[in-house]
Amino acid sequence: MSTIQDTAGRRTTPRGAYFEPVFEGLCFAAATALLASLGGVLISLMIGGWPAFAQFGLGFFTTSTWDPVRQIYGAAGPIVGTLVTAAVALLIALPVAGAVAFFLVELCPPILRRPIGTAVELLAGIPSIVYGMWGLFVFAPFFAQTVEMPLMAAAAPGSFWEALVQGIPNGSGILAASIILAIMILPFMAATLRELLMTVPPQVRESAYGLGATMQEVVMKVTLPYVRRGAIGAVMLGLGRALGETMAVTFIIGNSHDFPTSLFASGSTIASTIANEFTEATSPMHTASLIALGLILFLITFAVLAMARLLLRNQTRG
Amino acid sequence: MLKRIIALVAGVAVVAASSAAIAASISGAGATFPDRIYGKWAETYKAQTGLALNYQAIGSGGGIKQIEAGTVDFGASDKPLKPDVLATNGLVQFPTVVGGVVPVVNLPGISPGAMRLSGQVLADIYRGVDVYWDAPVIKAFNPGLKLPHIKITVVHRSDGSGTSFLFTSYLSMKAPHWAADVGANDAVNWPVGVGGKGNDGVAAMVKQTIGSIGYVEYAFAMQNHLTYAVMQNRAGAWVSPNAETFAAAAAGAKWSAAPGFYLLLLDQAGAKAWPITGATFIMMHTKQSNAQTGHDVLSFFDWAYKNGDAQAAALDFVPLPENVKALVRKSWSKIAGPDGKPVYK
Repeated sequence: MSTIQDTAGRRTTPRGAYFEPVFEGLCFAAATALLASLGGVLISLMIGGWPAFAQFGLGFFTTSTWDPVRQIYGAAGPIVGTLVTAAVALLIALPVAGAVAFFLVELCPPILRRPIGTAVELLAGIPSIVYGMWGLFVFAPFFAQTVEMPLMAAAAPGSFWEALVQGIPNGSGILAASIILAIMILPFMAATLRELLMTVPPQVRESAYGLGATMQEVVMKVTLPYVRRGAIGAVMLGLGRALGETMAVTFIIGNSHDFPTSLFASGSTIASTIANEFTEATSPMHTASLIALGLILFLITFAVLAMARLLLRNQTRG
Repeated sequence: MLKRIIALVAGVAVVAASSAAIAASISGAGATFPDRIYGKWAETYKAQTGLALNYQAIGSGGGIKQIEAGTVDFGASDKPLKPDVLATNGLVQFPTVVGGVVPVVNLPGISPGAMRLSGQVLADIYRGVDVYWDAPVIKAFNPGLKLPHIKITVVHRSDGSGTSFLFTSYLSMKAPHWAADVGANDAVNWPVGVGGKGNDGVAAMVKQTIGSIGYVEYAFAMQNHLTYAVMQNRAGAWVSPNAETFAAAAAGAKWSAAPGFYLLLLDQAGAKAWPITGATFIMMHTKQSNAQTGHDVLSFFDWAYKNGDAQAAALDFVPLPENVKALVRKSWSKIAGPDGKPVYK
């Protein structure tokens, strides 16, 4: 508590100084409560999932039999499904998000900037269940008719391409789920990238143009390298959301626990499996296996964040 | 500023405390299948008696867990608990309404009720044995239908559900290979097919996929105008899914011989019985810590048995036969308060 002396030499305490320790305490409590609850979640997931790890060992990660009747659980299908859908979603969303952000910052006529910017932000606010329903009732039939059936018809018999597009053309599966995920993470990434691009000082860009660089060269060689660090953050934000997304994926991924073998095959993700089965899981091993899945998702997300940190650190050094 | 916040907090607390004191209510949780009818009953019951029912449709498994943990006044499940499980957990269960599971198909040129299927054929389709719609066994049942040579797309529930439990239990009864390879549960290791989330998910996938087959609750098949199939029952007759055939299955069942009302209404013997019929159940503790709460729950269901049949029928549920209701009422004498006396007479 700070004290000051007034002109007459009396020591006074400024108003509000009494609250200083209270304020500090509150901030400290908020921060530590967050840490404690994170630790609590981790520990309870470990305890809850332990029976599954003890029973199946490494096989829990490498086998894909998921049989609630015989109580045999292997999580390879959902784990691979989670990684594949998130990666494909990122692959689709990143270029689009970059293009949207760049258009908004560099090319957009001022009159369109606000409406498009607001639309991107609104897209981010749509609840995932709405994406799920839309995906199932609107997107899936359209996707089956215009993408899956033509691709399957066009694939040469016996080719790698044919293997990639095998499955039931009903608009649900790994690729359909990835596309829905891409639409969902797009606004986050586009909004973040837009903020980043706006931090590039106009002088930097203009001097590049002044040197005779084309627009493409300015983007690839000047602005993108300038925002590289933040861009990795934006990508990781999108990836994090894609990994944990539940409802929208559950509606459209086809929900099969088998190892996904093609883009059109049914699959499942960790989050969709938990959402599907947790409410009805009555046997202890079923519950334990689902909690173990939750722990795996926790660790995958943690690994993604750690990787982002590592990349950022390397960037700073370089 | 601070004063104002304190006043606000105090005000909210007072309001919350007083409203908690006023609202007498009973709480239940469990199966999603009877959610609509319990909601309807609760609404009418509250209007008549002022007693509110708070029912959370969290799924049958959740309902069983919640009542075992004692966090709700009653649990609800589409899957009855076996008598020994009831005994170990100090629970009793009783049925409330009956519903049916209906196979639905999507094939061009085939109208509702035209396709004929049996339990064995369904099991073969769901195991992936019959791959095409013009398989000889399907043709043999449907000599009048033009069955195309297209692949069968099997659609099942992706979420654990009482509907799947009834369906897989029925397949296990009718096909030994299904019982041996897959078994019966609210979630199983499906040999083939795609999973839709919930009845609406299955209905949507069947509607969107030509050559598909799925199974849904009766109400969903009707509301979505799906092409339901006719089934061969135990008596060898071909029956359509409707209130009459579900009631026939419920009426033919020997409830009096089923300890703890553990009874699946599958594959019943009656000539008109729909083969995939099932009741949904309520679970309560035999020892009620608060006699008044136990009394309130049982008066609600007693009221529903007396006055709720028309509402149930309007929502495509089938009420229990009167003799079964009488048996259930008799069983309530086992539910006792702390003093050991039955809570409801």
